[in-house]
Amino acid sequence: MENWKQNKAVFWVTALPGIVWLLLFFLIPLALIWGMSFGEKTSIIDIEITGTLNNYIRSFEAVYVKIIWKSIWISVISTAVCLAIAYPVAFGICFSPARWRPLLLLLVILPFWINLLIRTYALIAVFRTRGTLNFTLEWFWNLAFLDKLIGPFQPLELLYNNGAVIVGMVYVFMPFMVLPLYATIERLDRSYLEASLDLGASQWRTFFSVTVPLTLPGIVSGIILVFIPMLGMFLVPDLLGGTNAIMIGNVITDQFKAANDWPFGAALSFLLMYVTFAALALRAFIGARMKAGVGI
Amino acid sequence: MARRKSTRGPLDYGKSPWLILFGLVTFILLYAPIAQLIAFSFNDSKRNIVWRGFTTKYYAKAWNDASLVEAFVNSMTIAVMCTVVATIIGTATALWLWRFRFPAKSAVEGVMVLPIVIPEICMGVAVLVLYSRVGNWMRGFETGPIHWWNELFSVWPLNLGAITAAHIAFSFPFVAVVVRARLAGFNREFEEASKDLGASEWQTFWNVVLPFMLPGVIAGALLSFTLSLDDFVITFFTAGPETNTFPVKVYSLVRRGVSPDINAASTVLIIITLVATIIAMRMQAPSKIEG
Amino acid sequence: MTSPIISIKNVTKRYPGVVAVDDVSFDIMPNEFFALLGPSGCGKTTLLRMIAGLETSGTGDIIVDGQNMEGVPANKRPVNMVFQSYAVFPHMTVRNNVGYGLKVTGVAADEIAPRVEEALEMVQMGAMADRKPDQLSGGQRQRVALARALVKRPKVLLLDEPLSALDAKLREHMQLELARLQQVIGITFIIVTHDQDEALSMADRIAVMEKGGVRQIAGPEELYEKPHSRLVADFIGKINLIDATVSGTSKAGVTCLAKGLGRVVVPHEGTASGSVSLAVRPEKLTLSDKAPSSDTDISARGVIRDVAYYGDVSNVFVTCADGLELAVNVQNDRAAAGLLENGREVYASWHPSDTLILEE
Repeated sequence: MENWKQNKAVFWVTALPGIVWLLLFFLIPLALIWGMSFGEKTSIIDIEITGTLNNYIRSFEAVYVKIIWKSIWISVISTAVCLAIAYPVAFGICFSPARWRPLLLLLVILPFWINLLIRTYALIAVFRTRGTLNFTLEWFWNLAFLDKLIGPFQPLELLYNNGAVIVGMVYVFMPFMVLPLYATIERLDRSYLEASLDLGASQWRTFFSVTVPLTLPGIVSGIILVFIPMLGMFLVPDLLGGTNAIMIGNVITDQFKAANDWPFGAALSFLLMYVTFAALALRAFIGARMKAGVGI
Repeated sequence: MARRKSTRGPLDYGKSPWLILFGLVTFILLYAPIAQLIAFSFNDSKRNIVWRGFTTKYYAKAWNDASLVEAFVNSMTIAVMCTVVATIIGTATALWLWRFRFPAKSAVEGVMVLPIVIPEICMGVAVLVLYSRVGNWMRGFETGPIHWWNELFSVWPLNLGAITAAHIAFSFPFVAVVVRARLAGFNREFEEASKDLGASEWQTFWNVVLPFMLPGVIAGALLSFTLSLDDFVITFFTAGPETNTFPVKVYSLVRRGVSPDINAASTVLIIITLVATIIAMRMQAPSKIEG
Repeated sequence: MTSPIISIKNVTKRYPGVVAVDDVSFDIMPNEFFALLGPSGCGKTTLLRMIAGLETSGTGDIIVDGQNMEGVPANKRPVNMVFQSYAVFPHMTVRNNVGYGLKVTGVAADEIAPRVEEALEMVQMGAMADRKPDQLSGGQRQRVALARALVKRPKVLLLDEPLSALDAKLREHMQLELARLQQVIGITFIIVTHDQDEALSMADRIAVMEKGGVRQIAGPEELYEKPHSRLVADFIGKINLIDATVSGTSKAGVTCLAKGLGRVVVPHEGTASGSVSLAVRPEKLTLSDKAPSSDTDISARGVIRDVAYYGDVSNVFVTCADGLELAVNVQNDRAAAGLLENGREVYASWHPSDTLILEE
C-alpha cells in the first residue's frame, strides 16, 4: 500500500467524492438530528436547540419505555429464531457438494433482495383472515369432518399481533443471517472437527465445544446485522402489527409524520443510534479478543 | 468383513436427512409467499384465495393506472441515476481505500460503512431534517441564482434529485465494499509488471486495474440499482407530495388491503430485482485465475 | 576494459525499524549472469526492485549503462523484470501479454507483431500465442513472462525468484533453459534466489547477501571453495566448522589448537590470530577403520552416530573427542559397504590444504 503523500493528486481525486457525499447527505444530516435531539419546539415550525435533555428524559416515560422494551424483546426473539433457522441452513450449505454451494447460497439470499414491502405484503396474503393459511386449515378441518362434529371452521386471527410481527421479522431477515454464518463455517478448518471426534467427543459435544466457539465471530456478526435493523424496523410492525403492536420505529415515524414533534423523534432515533454504536463496539471487541486468541 | 449400512462419513453433514429436510422446509417457507404472490397476479379472481383461471388483466389494469406507472417510472429513474453516481463514487472510494495508507484510516473505514449498518429509519429522518432545513432556507429567495436553482430542481427528473442523493449516500458504500473485496484479490505484481513494461500510471489503471475490477464494479452497480429500487423508508421520509415512488405508492395501496393489481405490479418489480441480483452475484463469483 | 552495465553505489533502503539494504556497492558487467543469493529477508529482492524502480525513496546511486536512475520512474528504465508470481495478465492472451510493453510505449503495430512472434519463438511458446493464461501451466506462464520482458530488449533482465513456483523437475530444466537463453541473447541477467544450487549452477558471479549487506561476491567455484566467512561457508553448501585458537604462524602455515583435533598445521595465505574456525567440506573427508598412514593428514577418531542414506552418497555423522561433531560425505561404493554402521569406531581424515581458516 502506498503512502498517501506519494501521490496526492490521485489520493484526493479518489477520496473526495465519497467524503463529500457522505458528509453532505449522511454526516451533516445525522449531526442535525443529533443537535435537534437536544432542542425544543418553540412554535409549529421553529425548533430551538437549547441543550435540553428533556427529549431523552421523556423517552423514559412509562408509555415509551413499554414500547422500547417491546421493540427489544420482539427483536431479541426474532433474532434468536433467525439464528436457530439460519445456522443449520448455513451449516448444511457448507457441507453440501461444492458445486451446489453457490446455487444454494444464491437461493437463500435471493429473497433478501426483493423489496421488503413486497415481501411483507406477500405475508399478509398468507396470514389474513381470508388468507391462504386459514383457507388451508379450513380445508383440512372439513376433510376431517370436524365441521360436522364441532361446527364450521372459525378462521384464526393470525395478523395484527406481536406474533405476526415476529414471524414477519424472521421471514424478512433470516436470509441476511445466513451470509456471515456461511462465511465463517466455510472457513472453519474441518480437521478441528475431526480432531474432536477422534479424541472421543460425540457429534453434539463437538458441535457445542468446537464448532460453535470457532464460528462465534460469524454468529456475533449475524446477530448484529439482523438485530439492529429489526430494532428500528417500521414497515413490518406497521403492516403486520396493527395498533397494539407498535415498535420504536413507528413512534419515530409518528413524531415526524403526524405528531410533528421532531426533537423528540430525533432523540428516539439517536437512542437507536447509540444502541447501534454499542453493538458495533461489542463486535469489534469480540473480534479483537478472538484475534488475540484469548477466546471469550 | 461386516458391511456397514450407512456410507456416511463422520463429517458428511450434507448427507444428513434431517439437515436436508430442514433446509428443504426452510426454502419452501421462504419462497411460498412470493410464489403465491406471483401466481395470484395471474389469478382471475378479485378475492384472490382460490385459483379461478389465468388472466393478465391485472397487468393491464396496473399499466393503465397513471399514478402507478408514474411512480414506477420515477423509481426506475431514481434507481438509474443513483446507480450511475453511486458506482462512480463507490469505485473511487474503493480505489482510495485499497491503494493508500493514511492517518486515521480505520476510523474513516468505519464511518464509510456506517450507512450500511445504522437503522434505515435514522437515516430517513436525518435526511428529512436536512431537506426541510435546506428547503426553508431556499424558499427565502424569490429571485437570483438560488431562485433559478429552485426552479430548475422542480423539473423532472431533477425534482427526484433529493431522493436520489439520499439513495446514493446509502448505496455507494455498498459499491465500495464490493469493489474493494474484488480488488483485495488483485496481485500487486500485475500493476508493477505493467509499469515495468513501460506503461504510465493511467495506462496501468486503464489496461490492468480496471479490467480486473470490472466484474466488481458491475456487481456493485447492480446492487446499488436494487438497493435504490427496494428502498421504502428513506424515500418515505424524503418524497414530496408530487414525487411518488413505486414502493411508497404500493405502501399506500397495501394499507387499503390485498388486491391483484398490487400483485401484478409487485411481480414486475420482483423480476427486475431478481435479474439484476442474479447478474450481480455471478459477477462477484471469483474468476479462475486471480494471480 | 569494459565499463559496468550496472553500478550500485552506497545504496541504502530503510523501512521503519529495519534496514532492508545497508550501504551496498558493486558493479555488474555486460553479458553477465549475476545472482543475488541470501536467506529470505536479506534485502535481495528489495535491491532488485530498487534497480527496477519499483522501490523508491532509498539513498545511493544506481547507474544503468552510464545513466543515473535517480528520479527515473519504473516505466522509463531500460530494465525489465520477471516477477515471482510471473504477473501474466489474466485478461489478455499470451500474444497481448507479450505485446503489452510495446503497445503502451507507442511502438507501431506492424513492428509489434513480428517482435512478439520472435520473442514467443525464443521461449518456444509460438504455438500458444492465442491462449489465455488460465489455460497455461506454471512453466508456460513463466515462459510468457520471460518473453514479455525480453521483447522490450532491455539492457538488463531482472528475475525475482523465477523458479520458486515450479516443481523440482521443471526447476532443473528451467535452470538450463535460462542459462541457454542468457547466452543466446547476450544481455545481463540479474537473478534473485534463496536457492544456492540455482545460483551455483546458473550464475557467473554471485553476491551473497545477509541482513541487507553483501557478504561476498565471487564466482560459484570460488564461493564454494574459498568462502570468506563462516556465514558464507555455512550458507553455500554444507561445511564442518571447528573451533580453534591460533598458536603460531610458520612457513608451513598456521598452527592452531583445534577442538577435538589437538594441534594442527593448516596452509594459509596471510596471517591469522586469536579464535578462528577451521572449515572443511564434508566431501573432503574420508572414513576408514584404520588410522591413516600418512601423518600429514588431519585426522580424528570417533564413533558413527548417524547415517543418512541418499542413494549415491551417505551423510555420516561422527562424534569425536571433546564433543566435536563431523559430517562426512561417503560415496556408497564397495569400500563403504561394511563400514557405515551406527556405533562403529572410525577415523575421519582429510588433507590440510582442504581446510580453510575463517576469522569472521
